[in-house]
Amino acid sequence: MNGQGIVHEIHPVELPGPLVPAGAEPIVRATKIEKYFGRNHVLRGCSMTVYPRETITILGRSGSGKSTFLRCLNFLEEPSAGRVEIDDTAVEARPLGDRPRAERERIRKLRTDAGMVFQEFNLFPHLSVIGNLVEAPVHVKHVARPAATELAESYLEKVGLIDKRNEYPSRLSGGQRQRVAIARALTMEPKVLLFDEPTSALDPSLVGEVLKVMESLAHEGRTMIVVTHEMQFAREAADRIYYMHEGQFVEIGPHTQVIDDPQDPRTREFLARFLGPSRSRQAAATPQDEAVAPPPAVGPGPV
Amino acid sequence: MTSLAGPVNQVLGEQILAGERSRSRRWRVQFMLAWLVIVAALVAFVLITINLDTQFIAKWLPFILTGVPVTIFVSFASITLAVILAVLGALGRLSVNPYVNGLASFYVSFFRGTPLLLQIVFIYFALPQMGLVLPEIPTGIIALGFNYGAYMTEVFRSGIQAVPHGQTEAALSLGMSGGTTFRRIIVPQAFRIVTPAIGNDFIAMLKDSSLVSVISVHELLYQAQVAGRPNHKSMQTLLIAAMVYWILTIAFSFFQARLERRQAVGDRSRRPGSG
Ligand SMILES: Nc1ncnc2c1ncn2[C@@H]1O[C@H](COP(=O)(O)OP(=O)(O)O)[C@@H](O)[C@H]1O
Ligand SMILES: [Mg+2]
Repeated sequence: MNGQGIVHEIHPVELPGPLVPAGAEPIVRATKIEKYFGRNHVLRGCSMTVYPRETITILGRSGSGKSTFLRCLNFLEEPSAGRVEIDDTAVEARPLGDRPRAERERIRKLRTDAGMVFQEFNLFPHLSVIGNLVEAPVHVKHVARPAATELAESYLEKVGLIDKRNEYPSRLSGGQRQRVAIARALTMEPKVLLFDEPTSALDPSLVGEVLKVMESLAHEGRTMIVVTHEMQFAREAADRIYYMHEGQFVEIGPHTQVIDDPQDPRTREFLARFLGPSRSRQAAATPQDEAVAPPPAVGPGPV
Repeated sequence: MTSLAGPVNQVLGEQILAGERSRSRRWRVQFMLAWLVIVAALVAFVLITINLDTQFIAKWLPFILTGVPVTIFVSFASITLAVILAVLGALGRLSVNPYVNGLASFYVSFFRGTPLLLQIVFIYFALPQMGLVLPEIPTGIIALGFNYGAYMTEVFRSGIQAVPHGQTEAALSLGMSGGTTFRRIIVPQAFRIVTPAIGNDFIAMLKDSSLVSVISVHELLYQAQVAGRPNHKSMQTLLIAAMVYWILTIAFSFFQARLERRQAVGDRSRRPGSG
């Protein structure tokens, strides 16, 4: 039962990006995701369609539900309603009662298809860098250790950390840790990468090296969904930007719309705070969440 | 910094370092002196107040020492049983299954809520009424293992809970099952957290194993009593037993410190959530 009840509707502006092969089916379909924390209604019917080789950016102020949405995509958070489909693996929300074994296996499949990079890195401190990378391929996909190691080394090379192969995470800088975390996700060869504010925990001087890796991944056609406050990254790498406000995507579009010419008053308010009143194109500053004042009281409305 | 300041600073730095070294050396010497004085005073006191009777000691010391391997064996076997029970207990206390959790919680409550000495004599003297007769050494190991297992259950549980939640999330997001996450990611980190506690418990166990002398396990304290009491030389034999326990605990503390230092390599300067 791959979620017959819920029909996925593609939003008119969710058009395949330039890197998407002609006629390709969407690789991620998130359909009408709802999430309650107790009585707190955090996600209110969020849908998203992502085509292969696309990079998606989610913007929104702190507490709007960006992380929760991303975590619902790989069921680190159990959605209260809705359905997630990643590369033909579909799982419906089941907020009440236990999941049968087959469905738990589907969630695991879905998670191996969706690599996640966390704000706090979450490297395994008891394993070396290479150990961090091969752990899941060996113990989840049952890849032989030599093959997994070879693969891991190629991704360490890609993020520029092959010389830290045998180092332990505690000996690395924040930027290096996050690059290892990206390589760890890549070593599972996922279909889509989920990033939750990957540069927000970093010293400003270390943000650049991580963004560079992410940009190169975007340009080589990795499918990515990125929650970030890095406007420059959104502008340069994102095929589409989703602006989240109080648990809803209130504006979807390319950066030329969402950042440069936002149509929704709530997006406009957010960007005005963020980029300064002029919203100049050059302004790529990335103030912390806390610097963003609450928006005016505008009733939530669907996109 | 100008280039001239370099060598001057270095000389000063060396002098400060040398000063610190000699101060800490002096402190260590004085510290050892304090020990030496106390031990010498005690020995003198014993020699003056009692007849040491070296002949008696020479005759009975080997007999008393036959208790040492028994003490060590009982302690090792008991700590092994305790660790196994504590792992199961901690899993039980973290289980969402109310029956499993209830059983584990009952276990901890019961064995922590009653005296260890009572548990030992209960198994040895009371269980035979139910037809369950166990020899002395297994009785001692079971009592010590269950009792320490109950205390260590709580230690292990908090050790597991001390592993940051982000670790579980990272493992799950890589597709690991709950079981793999627990075995490969949580347990190794929790084990490092609880190693000092296991070491302390083992040292406590070495001493608490003396309680099984009441059911005639021929361990160190029992042998000392056997040698001392009939000859009215308990002062000598018990002092010997005390010295041996003391030496054993010092030796194991030393091993424990070494093990902890070895483990610290690999995750130095680890802060929660910073992995
Ligand atoms: N585990 C949780 N339990 C309860 N409330 C939560 C939890 N996680 C997030 N929330 C709440 O959900 C809302 C959205 O949080 P989040 O998704 O983290 O926002 P964002 O990532 O956009 O900053 C916030 O009000 C937050 O307090
Ligand atoms: Mg967040």
